[in-house]
Amino acid sequence: MSVKQQQARESEIEAAGLEAPLYASRAKIYPAAVSGRFRNIKWIILCVTLGIYYFLPFIRWDRGPNAPSQAVLIDMEHRRFYFFFIEIWPQEVYYITGLLILAAVALFLMNAIAGRLWCGYLCPQTVWTDLFFAVERLIEGDRRTRMIKDNESFNLERFAQFLLKHWAWLMIAWWTGGAWVLYFSDAPTLVYQLATFQGPFMAYVWIAILTTTTYIFAGFMREQVCTYMCPWPRIQAALTDEWALNVTYRYDRGEPRGSLKKNAVLRDAGKPAGDCVECNACVYVCPTGVDIRDGLQIDCIQCGLCIDACDTVMDKLGRPTGLIGYDTDINVKRREAGLPELKTRFIRARTMLYAVVMVVVGGIMVGVLATRHDSGLAVIHDRNPLFVRLADGGIRNAYTVRLSNKLPENRSFEIRVDGFSPELVTSAEGKRGESGWPVLLVGPDQTFEERIFVTIPKGGLGNGHDQDDDKRDITFRLIDLRSGSQIDVKYHFMQPHGEKQ
Amino acid sequence: MSVTSHDPKNVDATTGTATTGHEWDGIRELNTPLPKWWLYIFYATIVWALGYWVVYPAIPLASSFTKGMINYSSRGEATADVEQLKLARAPMVNALAKASFEDIQKDPKLLTFARAQGKAAFGDNCAPCHGAGGGGSKAFPNLVDDDWLWGNGSLADIQATITHGIRSSDPDTRQGNMPAFGDGVLKPTEISAVADYVRSLSSLPVEQGADLNAGQKVFADNCVACHGENAKGNPELGAPNLTDQIWLYASDKATIVEGITKGRGGMMPNWGSRLDAGTIKALAVYVRTLGGGR
Repeated sequence: MSVKQQQARESEIEAAGLEAPLYASRAKIYPAAVSGRFRNIKWIILCVTLGIYYFLPFIRWDRGPNAPSQAVLIDMEHRRFYFFFIEIWPQEVYYITGLLILAAVALFLMNAIAGRLWCGYLCPQTVWTDLFFAVERLIEGDRRTRMIKDNESFNLERFAQFLLKHWAWLMIAWWTGGAWVLYFSDAPTLVYQLATFQGPFMAYVWIAILTTTTYIFAGFMREQVCTYMCPWPRIQAALTDEWALNVTYRYDRGEPRGSLKKNAVLRDAGKPAGDCVECNACVYVCPTGVDIRDGLQIDCIQCGLCIDACDTVMDKLGRPTGLIGYDTDINVKRREAGLPELKTRFIRARTMLYAVVMVVVGGIMVGVLATRHDSGLAVIHDRNPLFVRLADGGIRNAYTVRLSNKLPENRSFEIRVDGFSPELVTSAEGKRGESGWPVLLVGPDQTFEERIFVTIPKGGLGNGHDQDDDKRDITFRLIDLRSGSQIDVKYHFMQPHGEKQ
Repeated sequence: MSVTSHDPKNVDATTGTATTGHEWDGIRELNTPLPKWWLYIFYATIVWALGYWVVYPAIPLASSFTKGMINYSSRGEATADVEQLKLARAPMVNALAKASFEDIQKDPKLLTFARAQGKAAFGDNCAPCHGAGGGGSKAFPNLVDDDWLWGNGSLADIQATITHGIRSSDPDTRQGNMPAFGDGVLKPTEISAVADYVRSLSSLPVEQGADLNAGQKVFADNCVACHGENAKGNPELGAPNLTDQIWLYASDKATIVEGITKGRGGMMPNWGSRLDAGTIKALAVYVRTLGGGR
């Protein structure tokens, strides 16, 4: 029973002066098989999305000897995320924020164009439930057969089918969990480890979790996830407008409903008669058990299967197809008022706004990604002590610097401080380059921490850079010795109060 | 009181559910049993609890508790974790214990490990006196500057100081004393004069009318044995350089006079009796990164 039907029943009860119950148990849904345009689209999307999910971890991508060769890899151990030619370090996780914004706005855009495209075709809950339905249908038969069987007592055939169905479901669920963990480790190695029971414990735990959720969500909870657990139907209902295409029962054409013969008689007599023959095919194929003829409703995921079902029937009856179809509210209203239909407008303020937001966010992300440095410098000033006086009376500050080398090769960097001469800047290691500045080596795709000492001798720098502030600004410059690229980091130098240095 | 649910009076008209027959002010209680799955999970938790009581420590006794079959304790688990950590670190710890300072400097992995271990050990053992960042305080040397009281700031010297301590009970301890010159050796006027002279060595202002020549004479007669003729100090004896800008206690005259009168003799424990050689090596490596040696 759909939410709408249930609300109708509750109002009936209340109209009779009785109290409606707070709880109604779920009526099991037995979706019937259907074929047609939207069913084919759904099959293709199912194959493509599941294909990507199950096989993506096996795609290789050569990154040289110092980095993993898996195209898509979330390397928790080494704190790296690889996506083909992109490598993300933990401090760059803000890209995920950008992706989330893009995903949200893409969802809004889809909704503004054609309603719940995400729910009907792309959502994992829909895709896996669809696959589980297909397995169920293959093993236990179509809607009628399954309904009859459920009312029969348990026999050997039913028991065998029951076992086979749940085994198949569990296998799919297990493969789903198994594919999940492959994104976090080298896939072929992990498959071998898992198969020989040498895999990491956490991998088995995650496979178990994902197996369980897939099995329960797609096998048992199904449309309840969409109707009761998912927030999107509520948000979607608030975001939609009269220009958005939605799966719609064209009641202006379908009503009043009646049998084919009766309506033919009425039509001949010049009385109003609709095309809907009340065959209920649209209800039987619905995976969430709604009656599309009740109009837009929260539990309709707009998968389009009722369109296929109705078109099949209309074809058989020799009536034009499209009694149920993608339509806009505005056109339904106009046809009712006897006005001509308007062309669907994809370009309107709402869609343009979403598109612009997507282009801007996407542009920023690509821009940031393209211009990011392949090295990094982070500087932290010593807190205790803030400065020390040296034997000769000079003042020295110590800094902990962390260099990051985001390339898969060894690199040498020079550390300079603007306005200072090279001998006033020293690393704890003490190595210096030809230019006299400290040189630091950083391994491939690694960070390296070192202490840097910066001294202002007694009497000051003597080059016009002297200040008598307690805290003066200095600029660290990291120079890649091979490419010459440089990064500046502004920091401060602390000195005793009131002493000109 | 038993109520038959088939009695039409006890069936709720709206829901078709039987009631318990209890009625309060016209409100009747529906007899809605708990869902089966809920009950089964509840029973399962009871069974689980029974098993838990047998396997794990569970029941408190007068002065103890039941230990359970597997003899589990969270303290034991923590100990095992620590053991595991030690085992995981063992290769690096052993390598560090065997390596010379030269080896450590050459091997970036070992150097990183030594610095990290040294930093942790410093926080545990040295920070109370020398400060969290090695900044020191009055009477406790600053390890971040470029001056060393003992030795020349080489890794080996730092290692020796940490291992044997300063004026400690270790036979190889670093030994050297600033005697109390106020105990009948020098008169207060002489002490005052030499204090002014010492301040002048570091170009600090002296009191008006101070007799620097008298102070120099007292210095030459009493202090040069340790601090040297040019007052540059002696790192073998821990005698500080009196011409530089670094003062272990303070540079004001009163503090200097106090030091000459009563003597000085700060103490550092011999950590060799408390820490293993590898940790001390790591500490030496870390301490040297604080100020980078002399």
